[in-house]
Amino acid sequence: MPKKQFDVLNTRAPRVDAAIKATGQAQYADDLNRTGQLYGAILQSPLAHAKIISIDTSRAERLPGVKAVITAKDVGLTPYGVSPARYDETLFASERVRYIGDEIAAVAATDLATARQALELIKVEYEELPVVLTMDDAVADNAPQLHDDYPGNISAEVHQEFGDVAAAFKECDFIHTHSLTNKRQDGGFIEPHACVAEYDHDGRLTLYTSTQVAHYVQRTVAMVTGIPIGRVRIVRPCVGGGFGPKCEATPLEMSASFLAIKTGCPVKLTYSREQVFLHSRARHQFFHEMTTGFKKDGTIMALDHTCRLDGGAYSSFGIATVYYAGSLLGAPYRLPNMKYDGTRIYTNKPACGAQRGHGGVAARACFEQQLDIIAEELKIDPIKLRMMNMMETGDTTCNALDMSSLGMKECVEAVKKSSKWQKKKGKLPDGKGIGMACGFFVSGAGYPIYRSDTFHSTAEIKVAEDGGTVILRSGIAEIGQGADTMVAMITAETLGIPLSDVRVDSGDTDYSVDLGAYSSRQTLMSGHATKDAAENVKAQILEVVADKLNMDVKNLDFKNGFVKVKGRKKLDFAKFRDYYRKEHRGWPNLPEGDELSFTEAARMAYLEKGTIVGTGKYKPPILGGKFKGAAVGTSPAYGGSAQVVEVTVDRATGKITVDDMTDAHDCGLAINKTMVEGQMQGSLSMGLGEALFEEVKFDEKGALMTPSLGEYRIATALDMPNIDTLIIESGEPNGPFGAKEVGEGAIMPTIPAILNAVYDATGVRITELPLTPERVLLALKEAGKNA
Amino acid sequence: MKKCHITFQLNGSLREILVDPNQTLVRMLREDLGLTGTKNGCGEGDCGSCTVLLDDEPINSCLVLAAQVDGHKVTTIEGLADGDKLHPLQTSFIENGAIQCGFCTPGMILSAKALLEQQPNPSELDIRTAISGNLCRCTGYQKIVESIKAAANNCQGES
Repeated sequence: MPKKQFDVLNTRAPRVDAAIKATGQAQYADDLNRTGQLYGAILQSPLAHAKIISIDTSRAERLPGVKAVITAKDVGLTPYGVSPARYDETLFASERVRYIGDEIAAVAATDLATARQALELIKVEYEELPVVLTMDDAVADNAPQLHDDYPGNISAEVHQEFGDVAAAFKECDFIHTHSLTNKRQDGGFIEPHACVAEYDHDGRLTLYTSTQVAHYVQRTVAMVTGIPIGRVRIVRPCVGGGFGPKCEATPLEMSASFLAIKTGCPVKLTYSREQVFLHSRARHQFFHEMTTGFKKDGTIMALDHTCRLDGGAYSSFGIATVYYAGSLLGAPYRLPNMKYDGTRIYTNKPACGAQRGHGGVAARACFEQQLDIIAEELKIDPIKLRMMNMMETGDTTCNALDMSSLGMKECVEAVKKSSKWQKKKGKLPDGKGIGMACGFFVSGAGYPIYRSDTFHSTAEIKVAEDGGTVILRSGIAEIGQGADTMVAMITAETLGIPLSDVRVDSGDTDYSVDLGAYSSRQTLMSGHATKDAAENVKAQILEVVADKLNMDVKNLDFKNGFVKVKGRKKLDFAKFRDYYRKEHRGWPNLPEGDELSFTEAARMAYLEKGTIVGTGKYKPPILGGKFKGAAVGTSPAYGGSAQVVEVTVDRATGKITVDDMTDAHDCGLAINKTMVEGQMQGSLSMGLGEALFEEVKFDEKGALMTPSLGEYRIATALDMPNIDTLIIESGEPNGPFGAKEVGEGAIMPTIPAILNAVYDATGVRITELPLTPERVLLALKEAGKNA
Repeated sequence: MKKCHITFQLNGSLREILVDPNQTLVRMLREDLGLTGTKNGCGEGDCGSCTVLLDDEPINSCLVLAAQVDGHKVTTIEGLADGDKLHPLQTSFIENGAIQCGFCTPGMILSAKALLEQQPNPSELDIRTAISGNLCRCTGYQKIVESIKAAANNCQGES
């Protein structure tokens, strides 16, 4: 795609929210305080599996300072969840608790200490039930059952076959089987969930909450409280990271809502760090087994893939996760035959959900390691093997994913060159290794979580009455990734005005419908809706200008804040300039010079038509295959990435140090180069953490053993090398200005690149994450390759 | 519970306040004084987002009792800008893309400020060590490190 010249896009403009964040002015949910606010606390089960015999809240209710105590008796048992096909949760447990942390009651009191004290006064009588903590135990005959509606503890099953794997295997020269398991992971965002709910006597519920998906929270809260959706307003303040686990309505939000309704007072609830781990909804543990058939020339023919996912006690996003774990292997390599059998299993642990690279990260780690094994078997350079099988723009996968743009080959070439791969591969000293891998991800889920023809994003842009500021109002979720800046830049570029003239108000369900920050959807989808709204505003203003100045509207446009005229005709706008200056007598910075400004034009339009408001909308066209589950993995566009990693492995201690990382990502077009790099670098640090040390652990009773960021270790500044960060821009025809995802695809290659580098350093394949010194040392010992 | 009467320097002004003896510094700042720029990410000293300067040393304010700052000097993120003139570290973080979700940013900037005051020309390892107690999940730290380097260079240029 030929590169377009941009005035605002494709630059390194500072984020629109950077200054408030640098000075402490930015307000996050827990920073908000409302007059007369109460503090809430939630009673959570101390047992992993038990019947509830009785709940006695009377002593708690009598404690001075307690304003409300609520249980299932008060709030009802409306089932909810993420996918309507899998509503398997209620706000509070009434008869049974299914994990340590399951919610039973909530309290609102005048201060937090009193609320917590009240929890201790709630008497719950339990009858303990046998606990299942592993998938093997959960699917064993006569295993204790978690949910009556899901026999055998099977949360979800997927069976798909594209092409004919058995027939293809017969044509293969080699067939190789490989397995990999990761560990349950945590989102590790630094801001714990928090919210404040208010309910007024007009029947309006307002919930300020740390969420990635205000829209879905609004629907769920409306459904569970029974309040009409038009009276439920979700406001998302600044959010301190999400990465997936903040993608669904939480017991925190619903407890705060019910407590506010019951007390008539604002109620604040904040998770402790331990409660963040207990709520979880983060990365599943996956057990992948992959059998890949290929020809001696390196052509990949078929993949037979099975996966089991430890889901925890409830479905959460799991139905999508189990599909993604299979479907995302359809690309970026040509793979004509693919069979997938996935099973998600319930256990008595906190529920897992979505996390960056949803469903695909462990699968990618397994498959990319297998590609290296095949390359070694065939004595082909691993990069060459990948390039031989790589898809290109215009290809369609066996599971009907359309590669409308795919800069994968460019990504691979870029990391190969920049990392000096050829000088290093096979030539590094003992204990040092180099590895590579590729990745691939959707630019937004092609379908909403609930079945609907809803628009995925709508946006509203209005112009201040003086014409000087353009205000974008959108439901998008700025969670740190830069969504506000992205839509501001698209607005400015589309309207032909400077970025500084755009103000973004976002994250309020009163502004627009936007499905939120998940599946790397906002740049493509919310970007489209924003562009559409800006085009609408521009057309309205130019129409008035053309009429007033007696011009053909086709010859008018805005650029850098001024009206531009095609052809030779000069605009005679003196009387409008004069009028504007008179209207704003005494104001600073009045328009001058020999060009008509956007400001004057927009004022002209206001005087003619009233407040100029433009709306925009986007939903993807009908996409993908017709088979069961085709909705998961289908997207209007796909991002791709390639990475090279260099490591040092200490054979005496098993300690791995990541020395160098080179990353290339095809984001279609970098709306903001600095922010694209930021997504890439952040993705790699999460991938490095998951590869080397992140693991949520439980004891034999199902109690969390890693309830803090001390015990659950994420990457620090000392763990991360500097990353050679390379942006590839393939130009996506389905994306606004050619843009597509970067937020999640960038994590995909990191783990397998590290695994492949560790093999290069040691000659040992490790198939279980994380690569702790202990695990690495044991693997080296087993292979007789320790120091 | 008998309250403690404390007097301390907060962002250049003398403050007097009655606090519960078990009140942590982070909660006093956020809840009693309304200075919510100091963030509370874990409450147990792991994440560093509550970092403030106590007598110019970076500390986790969740691990310090409010009563302990009696007679001392506390600097929070709200104390860095001079009116509408931002501190060079703040400007550098903004310009170099060091901020994403921003939750770690106040603590990160204060740790960096303490470093630059002791070592105006730090090495990359000095910078990474100085912020190793401040967790960031968004950035991979690279642009934060670059911002601190750039701010150090700018300050050097000015002096």
